[in-house]
Amino acid sequence: MDESWRKAKAVFAVLGGPPVLWLLAFFLVPLGVIWGYSFGENRSLTEIAINGTFGNYVHAIKPLYLGIILKSFWFAAITTALCLVVGFPVAIAITFASEKTKAWLLLLIMLPFWTNLLIRTYALMAVLRDEGYINFALGWVWNGLSHVTALAGHPLAPFQPLPMLHNNFAVVFGLVYVQLPFMVLPLYAALDRLDRSLLEASLDLGAGHLTTFARVVVPLAMPGIVSGVLVTLIPSVGAYLTPDLLGGPSSQMIANVIERQFKTANDWPFGAALSFLLMYMTFVALAVQAIVSRGRARRAA
Amino acid sequence: MSEPAGPLDYLRRWPIQAWLAAVVVFLYAPLITLMAFSFNVSKRNIVWRGFTLDWYRAAFQDSDLIAAFGNSLTIAAVSTLASVALGALTALLLWRFRFPFKAALEGALGLPIVVPEICMGVAMLVFFTQILPWPTTLAWPLNLGAIIISHISFSFSFVAIVIRGRLASFNRELEEAARDLGAGEWRIFWDVLVPHMRPGLLAGALLAFTLSLDDFVITFFTSGPDTTTFPIKVYSMVRFSVTPEVNAASTLLIVITVALTAVALRLSGGAVATIEAGEGL
Repeated sequence: MDESWRKAKAVFAVLGGPPVLWLLAFFLVPLGVIWGYSFGENRSLTEIAINGTFGNYVHAIKPLYLGIILKSFWFAAITTALCLVVGFPVAIAITFASEKTKAWLLLLIMLPFWTNLLIRTYALMAVLRDEGYINFALGWVWNGLSHVTALAGHPLAPFQPLPMLHNNFAVVFGLVYVQLPFMVLPLYAALDRLDRSLLEASLDLGAGHLTTFARVVVPLAMPGIVSGVLVTLIPSVGAYLTPDLLGGPSSQMIANVIERQFKTANDWPFGAALSFLLMYMTFVALAVQAIVSRGRARRAA
Repeated sequence: MSEPAGPLDYLRRWPIQAWLAAVVVFLYAPLITLMAFSFNVSKRNIVWRGFTLDWYRAAFQDSDLIAAFGNSLTIAAVSTLASVALGALTALLLWRFRFPFKAALEGALGLPIVVPEICMGVAMLVFFTQILPWPTTLAWPLNLGAIIISHISFSFSFVAIVIRGRLASFNRELEEAARDLGAGEWRIFWDVLVPHMRPGLLAGALLAFTLSLDDFVITFFTSGPDTTTFPIKVYSMVRFSVTPEVNAASTLLIVITVALTAVALRLSGGAVATIEAGEGL
């Protein structure tokens, strides 16, 4: 029942008042202030004049910062591609499992996602660091080999741990670890809606599994792929904790630069401009998704 | 199980099975080792030297950590109550009424879900220093106000989606029957709508609670030296070193959030999982 608001104005006001006021006062106003600051400049330590300047945005596309923005996108793109490659077979396995197995598999993929982001990142630090589990295992194997070669009179050089933490590799590894469930779920949702008789027809008509995958499954699952890519890409570009804890000095991403402007460098207008660049990109990504899904709906109609 | 595999039984093909197993190991091995080593005697945290609960004892004796945990639970409890109230009002509003700018309001309500956390964090930082400076000298728990307000702002949209999903299955004839029998708006709300919404309210509450308990980035920008939350405290410990005490504290938080989310999932029949994963966009 879509009742007109005029019919019960008092109820409408009681229901609508608190949420709208809250959203306005404690969400839209804060964002609006930042948006205003992105066109302002520092006058003194505490005073910011909003004078309509585009200087902060110009500053943001200087080579140093443009490089960081591009690097954020590059990391996010690699992460998204890896999640897609790793996640697609998982989504297929879930889709074609029996109802009961399906529920368990979904739970298995989702469970790590419910644990705190900070804790998951910390868990990776313990795995990747020089004294971590991987290097410990590698060192053990290396020393074993060294014993064997020592028998032949040529012991190996002492084990050097692989540097896996505080570099770009660790950031991408961490982002994939954190974002993978975001990719699997939309893929699964799209694959689950797929008409299976089309796949069977393709297989019956002599196409192999790979051909069927490339020419039937992927085109039909495209809306799921697009939304999976977006829900992986958007949070990855703006990731703060992962590059902060797992990255090295050269793997800082846009969110780390924003944080620094607000907490240490004290250049709020510039930080605000960077935040809003991130917001504009998010809106563009969402608009792309809306256009893609609308285009599909029209073609289907 | 003995019947031959059909052409689409991908789960019964070994490459898919191996792939799935590898992904599960990738996702779980770090977390399971983290939890296992919280019981390890060795402080170096890499070789198993025997079982101990010392690190849990150390965590419970760390008064800063306990205070941070108390702050986190308080913030989560208050922001859950407010988010459920606001979320329920929002859901009822959107479910019942047709009004101008409805699409705009729906879009604005979706914003807290899609806006990058870092942007919301800095917006809250600026808001609570420039527009509404939150006094740091207030008595506990009022000094947590800025954090609580930010948490409500990012959780109540999620709660509204869960409750709106539940309302979609409401039979409008019940409401009409109540009205015909002479019930007023308030009576219908309390005796007809609320009982129907209850599973959604509970699921929304648990979702808001875990969202609040888990949040790091937004809290990082709104907390002060006296208003540390559990994730913020763990963050400062992690920055220094990897110690079994952090493992013990993390294990406790993992157990709490996983248990709460499992209950929420059971109550909402899966709606929570899909929303958390961004399907609510």
